[in-house]
Amino acid sequence: MAEPLSQVVASMPRARFVGLMGLFLGPAVAVYTAFSIYPLIATMGLATYTNDSAGGYHFVGLTNFVTLLTDSLWSKPFWNAAKNNLIFFCVHMLVQNPIGIALAGLLSLPGLKLKSLYRTIIFLPTMLSVVIVGFSWNLILSPLWGVAEGALKAVGLGSLFAPWLGLPSTALVTLALISVWQFVGIPLMLIYAALLNIPDELVDAARVDGLGHLVLPTIGLVSILTFVGNFNAFDLIYSVKGALAGPNFASDILGTFFYRTFFGNQLQLGNPTMGAAVATVMFFIILAGVCLYLFIVQRRLRRYAF
Amino acid sequence: MLNQRVQTFGVHVVLIAYSALAVGPILLVVMNSFKARNAIFGAPLAPPNAATFSLVGYAKVFGASHIGTYFTNSLIVTLVSMFLVLLFGAMAAWALTEYRFRGSTALALFLSIGIMVPIRLGSVAILTMMREAGLNDTLTALILVYVAQGLPMSIFILSEFIQQIPKDLRDAARCDGVPETRIFFEVIAPLLRPAIATVAVFTIVPIWNDLWFPLILTSSDSTHTITLGVQQFLGQYITDWNAVLAALSMAILPVVAIYVIFSRQLISGLTAGAVK
Repeated sequence: MAEPLSQVVASMPRARFVGLMGLFLGPAVAVYTAFSIYPLIATMGLATYTNDSAGGYHFVGLTNFVTLLTDSLWSKPFWNAAKNNLIFFCVHMLVQNPIGIALAGLLSLPGLKLKSLYRTIIFLPTMLSVVIVGFSWNLILSPLWGVAEGALKAVGLGSLFAPWLGLPSTALVTLALISVWQFVGIPLMLIYAALLNIPDELVDAARVDGLGHLVLPTIGLVSILTFVGNFNAFDLIYSVKGALAGPNFASDILGTFFYRTFFGNQLQLGNPTMGAAVATVMFFIILAGVCLYLFIVQRRLRRYAF
Repeated sequence: MLNQRVQTFGVHVVLIAYSALAVGPILLVVMNSFKARNAIFGAPLAPPNAATFSLVGYAKVFGASHIGTYFTNSLIVTLVSMFLVLLFGAMAAWALTEYRFRGSTALALFLSIGIMVPIRLGSVAILTMMREAGLNDTLTALILVYVAQGLPMSIFILSEFIQQIPKDLRDAARCDGVPETRIFFEVIAPLLRPAIATVAVFTIVPIWNDLWFPLILTSSDSTHTITLGVQQFLGQYITDWNAVLAALSMAILPVVAIYVIFSRQLISGLTAGAVK
């Protein structure tokens, strides 16, 4: 039998083939372009304008970015949010991913009983809304309720308790750990799937170092997903600490800074063009991370080819 | 042999401890939502009993918020978005994997940008667009944004899936002279059912749980989703612990129920999707 597809397509009038592709691809491309790609580009365009009190827009080139990065009124909160965001990301990389990998390793042990029950329970928090998770932990860690304090006292560590979410020195790391608690299921599942796909003979032969090699691409994927998710995070900080990301901006990250800049709050009026500038900077931070990831993946692939 | 047993025992201890850490906080919130105020504070770890059982929090939530409306809105937005993401996504994935034409690789790359770049970053322009189109504060605005957000991942997953469908199926149909559109809708589309679980995990769950777009695109009670509605209710009643715990439980329980029913499909979908 000859190639039916190429025959059908070749014998199809050009206009009909174009129409067919338009029918299949048109809706997806239209909605995606109009509501995802166009707004991204338009936002970057808007970042090069400024708006006056009368509602008029004036082109100002890169002035907004210079203001954001150098004018201390803007640069101080910006760098504070960027630094906090980096800490938020590091906590995920150092706590969430190792725990996820370790649990995936345990769950993939051959002959382990109750495997699917453990998997289901550990993945449960990942399915819940960040808002719900944030509020629930807010109550649990509250000195008013005393659950966390009571739990620590029960194991003789009562003196360690502090209102962690309320202290400037611990609020950010506590929020990061709440996020880790919720999303540990993602590295767990991805690594678990990767481990399942390694043939048993290879596991026996390769042991630790070889295994690391086989799981490495998945760890790369987990890292970039964590990076994008963290540098785009907002919901958790907003629901637990509000738009002002207190105490005294100690838990402010780029997402909450963007929201305040764009919409305004008790302290300042909303500013769409500066908001667009912040979103553009966030876009380039995420783009840089994705490019670095693709570059490393590309290099690894080339190394394997030779 | 003994060593092996000790090791297995140790593994279970670790997994049980972690499972308790994962489910404990959720259980604590749900359990206390059914208790009277003094029992919530007096014995937080005790389950409700005849003396402490109370539904006062739930009565407050139903009386003081439009929780029914929020729930219906979330259901409409999520289901319509899911239907469109699956339909448009499957059509596009089919065209990109089955036919080769000039620019098809470039188009596939273009469509995959959205997998890594969050659509939130375009929010300033999205809000302007929706205002100009008169769609501000409508569920339609949310659906359009969520379809655009979900398409890249669903096209990626469905493409992988379509590639695994044996070629003879469609070729046989072609030899019988079945038109291309009918091959897709009658032969291919029904075979995509198992992929729905994977698409659901990656695109539907984030829609249901999203706070950002309802927060910036909807402003009235009649268009709030459950996530935003509960968030605002919690902010308002923060000192009323019965109401707060009840509102949290009402947001948790439906998700947990659906998750427990479909967990097998969801998790196998997730691990299958992750393989690629």
